[in-house]
Amino acid sequence: MFSVDRWYEVLSTLARNPLRSFLTALAVAWGIFMLVVLLGMGQGLRNGTESMFADDAANSVWIFGGSTSRPYAGLPVNRRIVFDNEGYAALRRVDGIDKLTGRFFASGGGFGNELQIRVGAKVSSFDVRAVHPEHLYLEKTIIVAGRFLNDQDVAEKRKVTTIGVPVAEFLWGHTNVIGESLAVNGITFTVVGLFTDEGDAGELRKLYIPISTAQLAFNGADRVNMLMFTVGDKGVAETKKLVEEVQAILAERERFDPGDPQATRVRNSLEQYATFQEIFWIIEIFIMFMGACTLVAGIVGVSNIMMIVVKERTKEIGVRKALGATPWTIVSTILQESVFLTAVAGYMGLVAGVALLELLAALLPKSDFFSNPSVDLGVALWATAILVVSGALAGFIPARSAARVSPVVALRDE
Amino acid sequence: MLRLQGINKYYQVGSHRLHVLRDVDVEVGDGELVAIMGASGSGKSTLLNILGILDGYDSGEYWLDETLVRDLSETQAARYRNRFIGFVFQSFNLLPFKTAVENVALPLYYQGVSRRARNRTAMQYLERVGLAEWAEHRPSEMSGGQKQRVAIARALIAKPKIILADEPTGALDSATSQQIMDLLAEIHASGITVIVVTHEADIAARAQRVIRLRDGQVEAAA
Repeated sequence: MFSVDRWYEVLSTLARNPLRSFLTALAVAWGIFMLVVLLGMGQGLRNGTESMFADDAANSVWIFGGSTSRPYAGLPVNRRIVFDNEGYAALRRVDGIDKLTGRFFASGGGFGNELQIRVGAKVSSFDVRAVHPEHLYLEKTIIVAGRFLNDQDVAEKRKVTTIGVPVAEFLWGHTNVIGESLAVNGITFTVVGLFTDEGDAGELRKLYIPISTAQLAFNGADRVNMLMFTVGDKGVAETKKLVEEVQAILAERERFDPGDPQATRVRNSLEQYATFQEIFWIIEIFIMFMGACTLVAGIVGVSNIMMIVVKERTKEIGVRKALGATPWTIVSTILQESVFLTAVAGYMGLVAGVALLELLAALLPKSDFFSNPSVDLGVALWATAILVVSGALAGFIPARSAARVSPVVALRDE
Repeated sequence: MLRLQGINKYYQVGSHRLHVLRDVDVEVGDGELVAIMGASGSGKSTLLNILGILDGYDSGEYWLDETLVRDLSETQAARYRNRFIGFVFQSFNLLPFKTAVENVALPLYYQGVSRRARNRTAMQYLERVGLAEWAEHRPSEMSGGQKQRVAIARALIAKPKIILADEPTGALDSATSQQIMDLLAEIHASGITVIVVTHEADIAARAQRVIRLRDGQVEAAA
């Protein structure tokens, strides 16, 4: 068959009833539009939440000291549990722990313990983290100049610090600050490195100092408020086992019931990550389902309208058959009409959906839960495939009934 | 040209089986102009549909140009219709959204003839029926006689062996009817077999032979 001719037939048929063609197209365009927007939003949700994990190593375990809730070995409840350097050393010997660091809270409080920082006449307060060198891996800190704290710093209790880029910019107005001095609560430290971080801006407004120096300078004795470690490529179950082992060691050292849920608080990011993955999986399935339903509604709409079109054209089809149109010619013309309509309309929906997502990405502020909504090429290709298939599907039943039109019946004079 | 032998045709109406054609034997020779007459319900439309391969039959044989037309697939039937038969209907059955020349060219479209070639051929046939200057008009802009002449041009374009005309003058006044019959006679004179179904005696009178149907049977083939 001559395809140019066929296209001429198809286009002139669609043009004969522009409003109906438009409404049909709208149904499909809307279906694809919704599918793309939903998938894009889902991706945005995933991106946002995954950026929360990008901040820290995804396979990390944090253990904080809590208060006992069960009596143990004659000791009362509500006893505060604080780890110490010995505990840190004990965990060092545990097989399966990859990177390990302690954190000492210099101001004695919990998180966000800010200390006064002074350079010349400039005074401000920043969060100061007193840590071991391997903290670098736990927090996924990225060194941009100089170095992070090292073992020597800790061993010799050096007064050195690695600071966030915004801290340097605030205190000196530039970032060429390696070797400069600053005072933390009146004690002078030398800047040895500058860092940045993939997490949010708050992660950058920090100073890292050796834990030993902080314990000495800020009345810490040998206290360690928090222990953090990574578990390498262990799975969720293995990690859980390792955490139990670690808790048993700590319980023995600090003399608390290893089963006491309040004595320590554990944040197992691998477990959290796995939970999130599961939630995303469910959300994704849900979105796919919703999108598919919208699309099916579109397909039914097209099918319906093609059905009416065929009904209206019974006589025309009868004439064509009398003049020598084969059933296949009739079927393929109807199919082509339907596929063409859905493909063009679906493409418009696809473009509109992507445009909306781009607009949202540009306008919406980045948040922890939502960032950079987008559809990947795979989804776009899938949508295209769905379009062609749905077009064919929508046209198939009407086309079949068109081919069955009996010329005798169609040509009977009313 | 065509030969029907012992054709029987039944229609199922509810639980009732209607015997529409009973042992019909018809023979039409090459280049004849034959009229089929009969009251409504006599089975003449059914006969025409069988002749036009628009409908099948239950028993008997239909030979068309030495080919047995029987148990054809839809696709085969379409090819036969396209190659052998030109239809002229009472209600013209032109496609309303196509111009006269496009309507005439339609059978060639189904033969896969290129657009330009078939439109050129269609113009020749429009000229032959005297409507060249109406080529770009749509059927709604034409009179009944003009429409029927366009339909006749369309029936002729595929160079069929037979023209089947079903009440071709049924929707026309008597003066126009005579013009259309003149045209059909002219086509017949050019050597094409023409079969006209009609209930009008003066139309039938112009045929070389009249086949009368009554109650599904051939009454007299004179």
